[in-house]
Amino acid sequence: MTKQEALLKYVLRLADNVSILGHRLGEWCGHGPVLEQDIAMTNIALDCIGQARNYYQYASKIEGIDKTEDDYAYLRDPLDYYNLLIVEQPNKDFAYTIVRQYFFDVFHFLFLQKLSDSKDKQLAAIAEKAIKEVTYHCKWSGDWVLRLGDGTDTSHEKMQHAIDILWTYTGEMFLMDEVDEILLKEKIGVDLIGLRQEWLKIVSEHFKEATLTLPETTWSQKGGKQGYHSEHLGYILADMQYLPRTYPGSIW
Amino acid sequence: MKETNIEDQFQAKIDAEIKIEPKDWMPDTYRKTLIRQIAQHAHSEIVGMLPEANWITRAPTLRRKAALLAKIQDEGGHGLYLYSAVETLGVERDELLDELHSGKAKYSSIFNYPTLTWADMGTIGWLVDGAAIMNQIPLCRCSYGPYSRAMIRICKEESFHQRQGYELLLTMMKGTDAQKRMVQDAMNRWWWPAISMFGPNDADSPHTAQSMKWKIKRFTNDELRQKFVDVTVEQAKILGITVPDPDLKWNEERGHYDFGQINWDEFWEVVKGDGPCNRERLAARKNAWDEGAWVREAASAYADKKSKRQKTAAA
Repeated sequence: MTKQEALLKYVLRLADNVSILGHRLGEWCGHGPVLEQDIAMTNIALDCIGQARNYYQYASKIEGIDKTEDDYAYLRDPLDYYNLLIVEQPNKDFAYTIVRQYFFDVFHFLFLQKLSDSKDKQLAAIAEKAIKEVTYHCKWSGDWVLRLGDGTDTSHEKMQHAIDILWTYTGEMFLMDEVDEILLKEKIGVDLIGLRQEWLKIVSEHFKEATLTLPETTWSQKGGKQGYHSEHLGYILADMQYLPRTYPGSIW
Repeated sequence: MKETNIEDQFQAKIDAEIKIEPKDWMPDTYRKTLIRQIAQHAHSEIVGMLPEANWITRAPTLRRKAALLAKIQDEGGHGLYLYSAVETLGVERDELLDELHSGKAKYSSIFNYPTLTWADMGTIGWLVDGAAIMNQIPLCRCSYGPYSRAMIRICKEESFHQRQGYELLLTMMKGTDAQKRMVQDAMNRWWWPAISMFGPNDADSPHTAQSMKWKIKRFTNDELRQKFVDVTVEQAKILGITVPDPDLKWNEERGHYDFGQINWDEFWEVVKGDGPCNRERLAARKNAWDEGAWVREAASAYADKKSKRQKTAAA
């Protein structure tokens, strides 16, 4: 794999993470538990889609061919999508959504901190811009972890359940593969293994405050980064890509 | 005797274009009219999120997806300002929501129609937000201060939505036959509901006279409807689509378009709950509220615990 190929895949992974997470959050729009939170989730969805666009536009530059941001989002099949499995997991209920968001947000924040030092100027710039938004995302989901974890018995139980299910999707965030290794060597990419300890420290301290328990299992789901997804992604893309696929070449 | 004086003073303030503020004296019926009207407006904003939210996951480009999310988010924000405006009149948001969920309170009937194709996203912006702006611009001068100030912010955003919707349709009209068909079809479905948004004809609108005297309303339903038709027909020509009204004709003498009779039977059916999506819209709102109950309870339980802990720590 050339450095160029690795960089393209790396950027698409970052783009797909936020595009799919934004898509999931968008499903809440109009259906949130209270108006302020409905607006907050839409706001975060918007940030995610905005970040995805930055990455997709950069992917097009890397490839150096006449592809648009939408070609990447709308014309790739699940096998060519590289997002982490956690972001495609269904909203299910507000507890699931918060836990999914919090796990990802803390990772995302730590990741972007490192990425903003990337030797790749474009990636560093995107990261620097995104980190301001993600700082707020972390605060939002972190506050809800406290409220729901240490709220009522019902909310505590729902949170613990969501944590137990979603925990198995967190390991994938810290797995390095060939793409990550190549770019780490080039000082473009981030040392994911190095993020794990800090992530675990932040999450476990926060969970302690929220009276929630971290599962002990270390077994992890994986595959998203290589294009092997849960069954959910196919449905997401079927919805997302329906218009551009049905009416090829149309301008919207 | 004293009561008459106060009422005269109140009317004198209105006539002098002095805003009425929450702590000022106001007649009960003025208060009730405003509560009903602003609450209806707030409910319309949040129910109005649903037909558009129906297309978020199917928005055909990332730019359109972001624009749609932002538009719906704006509507949620409008709901917030408006619920806050009603709270200044002494009614809590939760009470108003109970009335929405029980079917007692109304919202704009337009949102009881389905969004069937992507062209509906443009058409709602162009026609529905367009009609709303016609109604709402005069409300920026409404005699009740908090409502008027909320409306100033809302109108700025609505006019952006309208241009965005129109631009979406222009793009589709430059496209394929399939896209043009979607736009014309959306026009066929939304035109009549949109011009019904101004409410019954003046002769059948019992509250108009009082509302105009109180400067809650500045123009009658028919005046606003006429203005909307005149402007919109020209915009439809630029788009290259047909207005689905065989009676639509420029009237040289009046300097306005004549147009056909609205189907008021359908209008009242939808108001009473028998439109294509009334049940779904209300069920979606109720479901969101009921499913969110445990979240709201947890948030207030946590806030209580936190403040108790702080008190203990301080003691």
